Amino acid sequence: MIYLDNGATTEMDEKALVRMVYFLKSNYGNPLSQYSIGEEASRAVEAARIQVAQAIGASPSEIYFTSGGSESDNWALTAMANMYQKKRHIITTAIEHPAVINTCKYLEKQGFRVTYLPVSGDGFVDVEALRAALDEETCLVSVMTANNEIGTIQPIEEIADIVRTSGAWFHTDAVQAVGHIPVDVEKMHIDMLSASAHKFGGAKGSGFLYIRKGLDLEPFVHGGGQEHGKRAGTHNVPAIAAMGQAIKDAEKDMSVRMVYERKLRDTLIDRILDEIPGTRLNGSRDDRLPGNVNITFDGIENETMLFRLDAKGICASAGSACSAGAIEPSHVLRAIGLPDSEIRDSVRFTLSYRNTMEDINNTVEALKEICRDLRSR
Amino acid sequence: MAKKAIVAMSGGVDSSVALYLVKEAGYEAMGVTLKLYENETVGIKDKTCCSLADMEDARSVAYKMGVPYRVFNFSDDFEQEVIDRFVAAYEKGWTPNPCIDCNRYIKFKKLYERARDIGYDYVATGHYARVEYDEASGRYLLKKATDNHKDQTYVLYSLTQDQLAHTLFPLGGMVKDETREIAEDQGFINARKRDSQDICFVPDGDYAGFIENFTGKEYPEGDFVDQDGNVLGRHKGIIGYTTGQRKGLGLALPHPMYVKEKDVEHNRVVLAPNEELFTTELKVSDFNWIAFEKPDAPFRGEVKVRYSQKAAPATITAGDDGTVSIVFDEPERAVTKGQAAVVYQGDNVVGGGTITEV
Repeated sequence: MIYLDNGATTEMDEKALVRMVYFLKSNYGNPLSQYSIGEEASRAVEAARIQVAQAIGASPSEIYFTSGGSESDNWALTAMANMYQKKRHIITTAIEHPAVINTCKYLEKQGFRVTYLPVSGDGFVDVEALRAALDEETCLVSVMTANNEIGTIQPIEEIADIVRTSGAWFHTDAVQAVGHIPVDVEKMHIDMLSASAHKFGGAKGSGFLYIRKGLDLEPFVHGGGQEHGKRAGTHNVPAIAAMGQAIKDAEKDMSVRMVYERKLRDTLIDRILDEIPGTRLNGSRDDRLPGNVNITFDGIENETMLFRLDAKGICASAGSACSAGAIEPSHVLRAIGLPDSEIRDSVRFTLSYRNTMEDINNTVEALKEICRDLRSR
Repeated sequence: MAKKAIVAMSGGVDSSVALYLVKEAGYEAMGVTLKLYENETVGIKDKTCCSLADMEDARSVAYKMGVPYRVFNFSDDFEQEVIDRFVAAYEKGWTPNPCIDCNRYIKFKKLYERARDIGYDYVATGHYARVEYDEASGRYLLKKATDNHKDQTYVLYSLTQDQLAHTLFPLGGMVKDETREIAEDQGFINARKRDSQDICFVPDGDYAGFIENFTGKEYPEGDFVDQDGNVLGRHKGIIGYTTGQRKGLGLALPHPMYVKEKDVEHNRVVLAPNEELFTTELKVSDFNWIAFEKPDAPFRGEVKVRYSQKAAPATITAGDDGTVSIVFDEPERAVTKGQAAVVYQGDNVVGGGTITEV
């Protein structure tokens, strides 16, 4: 198998998996219990909090463990909306993850005004449109750090600066960025940040929300006193411990992995564009996630392409799936101006440090063969 | 190596049993449900996409049988090939049968092409119909189902020889009770699900409402007139009526009147007493020949002009440019433009086309 869908989920970090199994099997204690295995579990949770905080330049008390990116996005947006009676305007972008877009749609039904900022052909947020959209009613701006489909990395520092001078809060969905590219909440002036562990070698069903100190967000889950009383529920200790380990490893090796992934990425892009006619890259060539490749193959529907790749043991993806599992036309590709026919012909490959150059070359050969075959019909 | 078949699954009991039978027959099977429209497109406010519950039923059956299952998103194709045609037909005063277009352009064309592109040889569906290869003529024949009440050949007349050669109708020899029995025996979740009746994208049967919602147009009121042009009342938009209709006209008339035809140009609906609705001659275009190639001489057959109607004896004459003239032995009631006329000889489907002149 050649796994090129690391934007969907990643293979677990080996040390993280060991930690996870330990807290599933050997120590199943509840961190709030008053005996030694409970205390060990509690220490593991707090150690993970420190590891996560260090990875994004935050302090541990600003990290709240959640079930993942979608929960973090929901919490950040809905709780922020509930904080304000008069400031009832939210700004986001047309290319956010559904966890943000659909939460915004929900808030619109509650009477909020939401501005969806347009993006350029490469997927960059229109900064001038942001300036124009900000007004005295704007309570929150949410702009993703890096896009999950086309990999475009936003100029978060510049955007957050504009937001800060306006007096609104700034949230970023950094699910695709954390553990892959440098993220520093201080340097980037981020007030809230969502992340998900399984995108950087952790386990599914765990993630975190960073909330800047001084921003008193209302609780998301009411119940016990976990997470400063803001997110109740017994800690998912195995997954939290694994997340701490995974983010630590990802940070440690980040610069090496980035260089390596970029080399694989650029080879894949160059070879496809050079060797397969009727192909185009979607998203920015330069400011893109090290592992992201998104290509339009003219005349080849992505459902067919993914099936044919799967038959050759290659895992890739396209758009996002609806509840029934059908591939939905990508709102991201639509936002960067692709016509429906090209959206339907686009496929995403997301590479990781675990891939080899041989994987890439084999994938190119497979793509060439599939394209030749389908186009000869 | 086993032949590979894609089974088009609606989530209903028929296509589920079709999957079972295809697998039992030794094919390497995959269940596929087609996502054909967005709920927004068809004006359903439900938040789930398309008919999610049906897809979950289909998935459950496929998983239970241990075969792969996929959902293909054909909503663009469906809108273009089926809904647009449906709307256009209504707008010119016809009453179309979109299931025929769906079979013609989606299930046996788009899905068949997809099947071939991903390495599958056959498309199987839960239709009640049979395909047989006739050695003598070298043709694939489309035949009525053993269960004549369930026979669905009327909506399948457009299949080409190539399509028929790559189509499986595993339920063709079954009666409905047998189908349900298999589903019960296999413990399928949908064994007792009731059959669907309406056009899938107009679940409430309000075609006019659907068309208004889809096109964003309003279809203005106009006159009901008799055959002499005397105004009998006002209609609520010409797309809301179909030939032969009596109910829902909203008129109090001395004797029963029925829709005879729709005069789109003048936005008038022509009403007539029942006896005026009978015709013996009609013209069909875009005729697809199945049992044999277009013959030079007129021939005898039985013709069905509506899904729920019986086939009646007629003389059929093939014209040029794909048209066919049909003369019934006895007058037929409410022959409707836009519906299909399907010609049979016994169990064999000779072919069919769209009624364009009555």
